[in-house]
Amino acid sequence: MKARQSEAEAVLEISDLKVTFHTYAGDVKALNGVDLSVRKGEVLGLVGESGCGKSVTSLAVAGLLPPNAELVGGKILLGGADLLHISKEDLRKKRLTELAMVFQDPMTYLNPVLTVGSQIMEIITQEPRVFLPALVGNRIAEIDATGKNDGELAEEKQKLLEISKAGRAGRRDVERLARAYVVSVLRSVRLPLPEKILQMFPFELSGGMRQRVMIAMALVRKPRVLLADEMTTALDVTVQAQILQLLRELRNEIDASIVLITHDLAVVAEVCDRVAVMYAGNIVEVADVEELFVNPLHPYTRGLLGSIPRVDSASPQQTSIGGSVPNLIFPPPGCRFNPRCPKAFERCPLTKPNLIETKPGHFVACFLYGE
Amino acid sequence: MAEKPGPRSSGGRWADARYMLHLFRQNPIVLAGGVISVGSVLIALLSPLIVSSSYWNQIFPSSSLCWNNPIIDWHIANAFNCGGSVYPLGTDLYGRGLLQMIVVAIPVDLLIAFEVVASALIIGTVFGGVAAYLGGVVDEIILRVTDIFLAVPGILLAIVLLVVLGRTIPVLTAAVLITWWPFYVRLARAQVLSEKEKLYVERLRSSGAGGTRILFRHIIPNTIYPLLIQGTLDIGSVILTVSALMFIGLTPDPKYPELGNLAKQGIQYIFTAPWLIIFPGVTLLIISVGFNLLGDGIRDVFDPRLRR
Amino acid sequence: MNSSYLMETKNLTKWFPQRGGLLNRAQTYLKAVDGVTVGVGKGETLGLVGESGCGKTTLGRTVMRLTEATGGGVSFEGTDISKLNRRELKPFRRKMQMVFQDPYASLDPRQNVLSALTEPMRIHHVVGSGREAKEFSRELLEKVGLSPDHLSRFPHEFSGGQRQRIAVAIALAAKPSFIVLDEPTSSLDVSVQAQVLRLLQSLKVELGLTYLFISHNLAVVRQMCDRTAVMYLGRIVEYAPTRQIFENPKHPYTVALLSSVPIPDPRKRSELAVLKGDVPSAVNIPSGCRFRTRCRYATERCALAPPPLVEVEEGHWVECLYDIDFIQGSKVELRI
Repeated sequence: MKARQSEAEAVLEISDLKVTFHTYAGDVKALNGVDLSVRKGEVLGLVGESGCGKSVTSLAVAGLLPPNAELVGGKILLGGADLLHISKEDLRKKRLTELAMVFQDPMTYLNPVLTVGSQIMEIITQEPRVFLPALVGNRIAEIDATGKNDGELAEEKQKLLEISKAGRAGRRDVERLARAYVVSVLRSVRLPLPEKILQMFPFELSGGMRQRVMIAMALVRKPRVLLADEMTTALDVTVQAQILQLLRELRNEIDASIVLITHDLAVVAEVCDRVAVMYAGNIVEVADVEELFVNPLHPYTRGLLGSIPRVDSASPQQTSIGGSVPNLIFPPPGCRFNPRCPKAFERCPLTKPNLIETKPGHFVACFLYGE
Repeated sequence: MAEKPGPRSSGGRWADARYMLHLFRQNPIVLAGGVISVGSVLIALLSPLIVSSSYWNQIFPSSSLCWNNPIIDWHIANAFNCGGSVYPLGTDLYGRGLLQMIVVAIPVDLLIAFEVVASALIIGTVFGGVAAYLGGVVDEIILRVTDIFLAVPGILLAIVLLVVLGRTIPVLTAAVLITWWPFYVRLARAQVLSEKEKLYVERLRSSGAGGTRILFRHIIPNTIYPLLIQGTLDIGSVILTVSALMFIGLTPDPKYPELGNLAKQGIQYIFTAPWLIIFPGVTLLIISVGFNLLGDGIRDVFDPRLRR
Repeated sequence: MNSSYLMETKNLTKWFPQRGGLLNRAQTYLKAVDGVTVGVGKGETLGLVGESGCGKTTLGRTVMRLTEATGGGVSFEGTDISKLNRRELKPFRRKMQMVFQDPYASLDPRQNVLSALTEPMRIHHVVGSGREAKEFSRELLEKVGLSPDHLSRFPHEFSGGQRQRIAVAIALAAKPSFIVLDEPTSSLDVSVQAQVLRLLQSLKVELGLTYLFISHNLAVVRQMCDRTAVMYLGRIVEYAPTRQIFENPKHPYTVALLSSVPIPDPRKRSELAVLKGDVPSAVNIPSGCRFRTRCRYATERCALAPPPLVEVEEGHWVECLYDIDFIQGSKVELRI
């Protein structure tokens, strides 16, 4: 299965994002000028080890940073608007319809005392007007799919067309339509017996099913960008395989771009089109997935790829990266990888390297490849 | 894998204390409480220097000058002299300067309170910790005994003990202690119960460490903070309890320098000499509020982190 | 049973009663470990793989006697240790040590490194004086790749990988011969993982240790272990020399597990074989073969009785009624 080439238009563009956390131990310069663009319809993998800033990046995009975080600079453009400089109200609207997040541990992100159905429906019933086209469209599609055109269904279809023209509907209609819509979304994430799932509580579902519910909650909004933050990390490997397979199937059915944030390079290899590698608050390499694995340029990427144990070969890993992740309160000057880099030279501690395009589509931030 | 760098997680012997100091600077209530409590302790420690030895001698029976005088003029006009001293807050029924008496009474109260709280802490920690760690029958027995003591209303028990065993300071201390220790047993037990499930305890067991070592050298030092917080809070409450008992008359000596006892003198003279009851009362209020605020503040600082 | 095993279990079970009802009596049992017979030879690394809930961690803890078995036995160096009391167990405790998964939680935050290292030495009287203890602590730190000036530091001053090294050093302080490693690198970053695994390997050779390596990460197990046992719902469904498990697996669960693991090579993308459903709970274990509810090769016979353990080739044991050709999908009944 080859990776899909996607169109070059960017739906999400992060430029020179800098975030600092003010803690009592000092200022943690978590993001040091992150540049990332997500193209329409692609699955972009954002990889890095713990402390590299990948989660911080996604939280910054979603506007979910904690109070002690300071946005020192940069821009986040989603559909043209800079998320960092719009009003709270506009941000909320954007988060509702254009941006969705799926997190690592569904058990802590789902309300344990509400049924799954009420939690998903809540998203819709809070702002019914925004979702009305989707609700109506879904129901009309269902009616059309039955192929029948007799009295009751035709009447309903007429009513739906009127609702869609008027732009609003009565509460009971909204609930009925919302329920049908939610059921269809649950079905699209391959959950069996979706009507039953609506009545169940999170603790009654297994880990894999809960994660699918989280994905459904994200898809309900028909987002432009879906941020999946360590979505499969907490799952068993067989369940992870199911979710990854689901992701592969879904991407052909929805037109959202997916940003898959993970520390697991194998997951990235299985589902992503392009990959961005992060280290200590910077993007150090971006390339198409095959290109990255076959021809990694940045010394960190090379070290990382070399240290992954393989299940399909018996040979031990060749390399490992010496030292440990830097303390971001006192980050190393210049290129933040330079203390651990086997190929560091005099230029490295002087300034931070920017991303340069060495080949079409392959970007590296390393002085070995130019300025 | 925690990624966001947040405040440093607890570790080391002094990390908690350092973090606490940092947050003190940001929290005015805690600061106020801290100032008051530390202030009162300072007064207590320095009182021998503040007041003349004649007042200080009152705690230790010996003959002295002024307080032997019959009841005399008690206006705040402070024109009255007694052996050359001045009475800014007036005098009490026995002709002693009220301010000086209060300064002498503060260490007495604080001492009793510290004794009660410290003993309750130690007893509670040991029994509660052992109950939680061993579980089973031992746990049940200790819990039931604790329940019995909790069921009896504290002040009543204290009064009965004082009446029966005599109104002396040691009995007073013991009586209050008996009503106080069950809370610490409960608290310590809850702490140890949750701590003993932690991974490092299991690791210690796999290293071959025995129960005593694990409980006393590892678990208890890690769980001491909530107990200390409770203790700080309780100092204020104990002082109030002791004063209340003295106030209703269970004193060893009507002239005993203790805040509640001093207030008691003013019951009959509320309208003619209100300062007799106001000043000791206000002092009691300030001190207990001070320790309460301190304890509350520390708890606010620590609670979310303790839950981790 | 082979008496050359350093540690072996015989039909070990650990059931957790699920209390309920009016009188809070045990209604059902969570059968975390349900009859495990396995042995680890001196100087080898036995891998124990499985997903969450399969019982591998419970097995490790039961072998260490951190929790008491409900049935069966464990022996160490030929002696049955499952019934010994605390005093009799102590000499064995010294020889069997454990390293845990979470490097952040497995160290007492109030204990500095020196104190943590010398504690097992004192408990087991490994060295004579305090000075010897300090000297030995320095040696241990160097062996695990840390510098001796770390002795006065506290756990929170170290990174995850360093803490795990300290945990290994503490385990070595008692001079054991057998170490149970429970997911030792699962909480660590990939680059650190490689360092720690290499350390474990070199220590094993240098000190002549024997390891029980518990992990859910098949790739790591493939690298580290001489023999591997695959666990499912409390039983070992297949065990063999590691190479056999990975190149010629015979149990459907092993096959499913292997094909679920994502491969870090985009050129080798294939259908991630999807095993339907989720792991059933160990409270309601399916009758007969416990894997049959998710097995695509299951037949009615599989529900009748638990399958026997069959040696399909030298040293390669499987618990399955059938000899399945996973490529063609055909199966042949195994002769017992």
